[in-house]
Amino acid sequence: MRYAVIGGGAAGLYFALLAKKANPSDEVLVVERNPPDATFGWGVVFSEETLGALRDADYETYTEIGESFARWNAIDIYYRDTKIRSRGHVFTGISRKVLLNILQRRCRALGVRLEFEREVHDVREFEGADLIIGADGINGLVRRTYGEFFKPQVAVHPTKYVWFGGDLPLDAFTFIFRRNEHGLFQVHAYPFDARTCTFIVECPEDAWRRAGLESATEAESIAYCEALFQPELRGRRLMSNRSLWVNFLTLRQESWHHGNVVLLGDAAHTAHFSIGSGTKLAMEDSIALVDALRRHHDLGAALNDYEMERQPVVERFQEAAVESASYFEHVSRYAQFDPRQFAFNLLTRSRRITYVNLTQRDPELVRTVDSWFTAAATGSPDGVVRLSPPPMFAPLRIGNLTVPNRVAMAAGPDLEAAAQTGAGLLITEFFSVTEDGRITPDTPVIDRARQDILRSTVERIHQAGSRVALQLGHAGRRGSMRPRTQGVDRPLTHGGWRLMAASRIAYTPHAALPKEMTARDLSHLVKVFAEAARAAAGGRLDALELNFAHGYLVAGFISPLTNHRTDEYGGSLENRMRFPLEVLDAVRATWERPLFVRISASDWADGGIDLDESVSIAALLKAHGCDLVHVVMGQTIWESRPDYRRLFGVPASDRIRNEAGIPTIATGNITTADDVNTILAAGRADLCVLDTPFAG
Amino acid sequence: MNIGVGLPTSTSGISGQLMLDWAKLADAGPFSSLGVVDRVAYQNYEPFTALAAAAAVTRRVRLATMVVIGPLRNTAMLAKQAASLDVLSGGRLTLGLAVGARGEDYEVAGIDSRGRGRRFGEQLEAIRDIWEGGKIGPTPKAPGPRVLVGGASGEALARMARYADGYMHGGGPPRAFAAAAAKAITAWSDLGRPGRPILWGMGYFALGDGIADAGAEYLRHYYAFTGPFAEKIAAGNLTSPGAIADFIRGYEDAGCDELVLFPTVSSVEQVERLAEVIG
Repeated sequence: MRYAVIGGGAAGLYFALLAKKANPSDEVLVVERNPPDATFGWGVVFSEETLGALRDADYETYTEIGESFARWNAIDIYYRDTKIRSRGHVFTGISRKVLLNILQRRCRALGVRLEFEREVHDVREFEGADLIIGADGINGLVRRTYGEFFKPQVAVHPTKYVWFGGDLPLDAFTFIFRRNEHGLFQVHAYPFDARTCTFIVECPEDAWRRAGLESATEAESIAYCEALFQPELRGRRLMSNRSLWVNFLTLRQESWHHGNVVLLGDAAHTAHFSIGSGTKLAMEDSIALVDALRRHHDLGAALNDYEMERQPVVERFQEAAVESASYFEHVSRYAQFDPRQFAFNLLTRSRRITYVNLTQRDPELVRTVDSWFTAAATGSPDGVVRLSPPPMFAPLRIGNLTVPNRVAMAAGPDLEAAAQTGAGLLITEFFSVTEDGRITPDTPVIDRARQDILRSTVERIHQAGSRVALQLGHAGRRGSMRPRTQGVDRPLTHGGWRLMAASRIAYTPHAALPKEMTARDLSHLVKVFAEAARAAAGGRLDALELNFAHGYLVAGFISPLTNHRTDEYGGSLENRMRFPLEVLDAVRATWERPLFVRISASDWADGGIDLDESVSIAALLKAHGCDLVHVVMGQTIWESRPDYRRLFGVPASDRIRNEAGIPTIATGNITTADDVNTILAAGRADLCVLDTPFAG
Repeated sequence: MNIGVGLPTSTSGISGQLMLDWAKLADAGPFSSLGVVDRVAYQNYEPFTALAAAAAVTRRVRLATMVVIGPLRNTAMLAKQAASLDVLSGGRLTLGLAVGARGEDYEVAGIDSRGRGRRFGEQLEAIRDIWEGGKIGPTPKAPGPRVLVGGASGEALARMARYADGYMHGGGPPRAFAAAAAKAITAWSDLGRPGRPILWGMGYFALGDGIADAGAEYLRHYYAFTGPFAEKIAAGNLTSPGAIADFIRGYEDAGCDELVLFPTVSSVEQVERLAEVIG
């Protein structure tokens, strides 16, 4: 076999030496445009797991790499004049230049042909090769030449970042957050030998512009960053190496091979630098490709096998990297967090580390977070509580209400059965404020008669320890449907009732057309909601939850997709929120206990409510006396694009809680206690609806 | 978990007799269902016709479309055809429906593929009403055929949760099924539907010496519309009893209710060999 490797970075060199070692009679050529000592970037990081793979693949280079490593197990977080150290995270780092020199030497010793300072202009220069390996990076020639077969997608991240070196001895992976008059800047720094570290500075684009960095020279950028991070640098210097401010690009490609051409490392895929996995993934690609070539005689089968093995792994890292990048893009929303919660949130940002993983790595930090959480939840003096349950079992105070734990449950018709689950807060099924506001013939209506039944039930539930929120709503255009045992949103064929809504739009193609509500209907319904709240007040309920979500009547006013009104109740967000806020005000005036509102944080449809607008909606609800927002997603319209991934509602809860500054209930495929503890400790919600699989 | 077997309607050189022999063996064997695929621009038999033929020579097995491309058919005719098959077979139809993945099927049928998702949703909303309405007969025995919906998108899962009885997965390793099943269950509970969806999965097999290549060749051809992904599907063909046992275990662990294994070579021995493995 004759291999032509284009690109002499870690991926290309490692592939070359492993391929040559596997079959010394093969011809392996590596072509690199730069001289052997010219490497850009500073250090690279590996996990223990990667080291194991390197050891098994080539012991000689592994030993040499091991001698040049910096090892550490701590993460330092500098935030608001405090430093929090988390231990138990094993990392190793090495100078990129040292790593490449080790790989180059090993290549030469094995008989790999290395051609430096050779610029490749056309992949056809290697027509004689049996396999052409594109290891020439995200902008490489090989990827560009065969783009139509690889089907690339490139996502541009909005923040600006720059790689510096620092002559700063670090003994931890270091995050620094510093706000100045231009904005919030953060540093990702890690050591790669005893004296030097990689020092990446990242900031939002507007901060970068305000700081004048758009037009700054390299020297000016260095001076700015040295001054900004003077307290941590302590007089040490930053070093430049073609250090330019850029946006990170995440590259995904449907395929990594075509004919006798295959991609490795950054030429195949990239993952945001904040999870530090670029070189690791690249070298693992090389190992997998050489293994696949050994297993298969047929080249096509080998390349296919390589891709099948690596793509799922890379996708997992890319997903984690996107979460991590998104955290850093929006980190200023956590600026009010206590440093302990800030640290927990940072460490669990990519979702790869959860409460349980972090407890294994750093039990002391998690104990500190638990204690702080319980102290804050119970109003105890900080630092006094030493023995605490995990956050899931901390109480939640809302006004005079104390919910005994942080699990909320969407209860069915049998409230008492729901109470036996141990959930701290039971949210009742949908109670309609009127007969014609029912969803199905089975939907209960709140009235004086119902109040007596509820009172005795709720009293028994209180004795069992749970609290109850009554869910109140009006189905609007989603009314007059069959019981949901027969399907959801299936219109009644007989025995139905007349519907009304913000606008004359049917919910499904076969559903009845609702009447557009008149000014008189609106003012009447406001009174009806207030009466329902008064009826509920006699029911010993602990809280009221107004359902302004899921395309029911009030939700229909909020979304521009379902509100086409031209009066003062349609158009701008202010107008679309007018009726919902009138309902809220009227209920608030009669209901003194905690008042929750459920909203769909996204319509999952073009032109509908998105997370940005839901933050504004939540802020308006808060200003009108809402105590907590129950965050759900979608169902505004019949045809939307839902996303049912794990924890799908949590990002919305996180944004609303921390940008609108109001307590939230998170929902969306939250299935484990570990999920609940992670969400709560990281400050992404105050209560979680736990979805137990196969629960009635 | 029930295990069904695919009826060979899309592999090459299938005679009517072979298909009937296959169906009889499946009915006698340990299989709970016979599945058929649906394509237009391909050398395969129309699914309802093939299942009607199988119905005539079988008494026990369920007859499952996996899946019929709904928007290619007029809703009233689709409902009538499905009801006819269900009633004639003694209530044995499981109707799998989806929008399909190939633009070419829409092109040759002269049907606009744009808006197919919405039209499919309308079909799902209507089909049970047609069966229950009494105007378009025959009227299936209540509650009518089970309807399962396939498709990986959030839209497909929401339609499934609103109108269907369960989810039909399109194939892949057990972990892919498990991920899709978790989303299907999530969609179901998010829409406020009581209970949980029925979950069906599918796989491909070729058993016997020297036929693995022919099986892989068929899958490459059948899935050519997926581009390079066809290679991966071909590589996933189950070609040994061990691989089938692992696959079954993986699906069972993932909560699958019924797994249907489709043949990739046209030989009646295949159903016998599979019966031996299933036991």
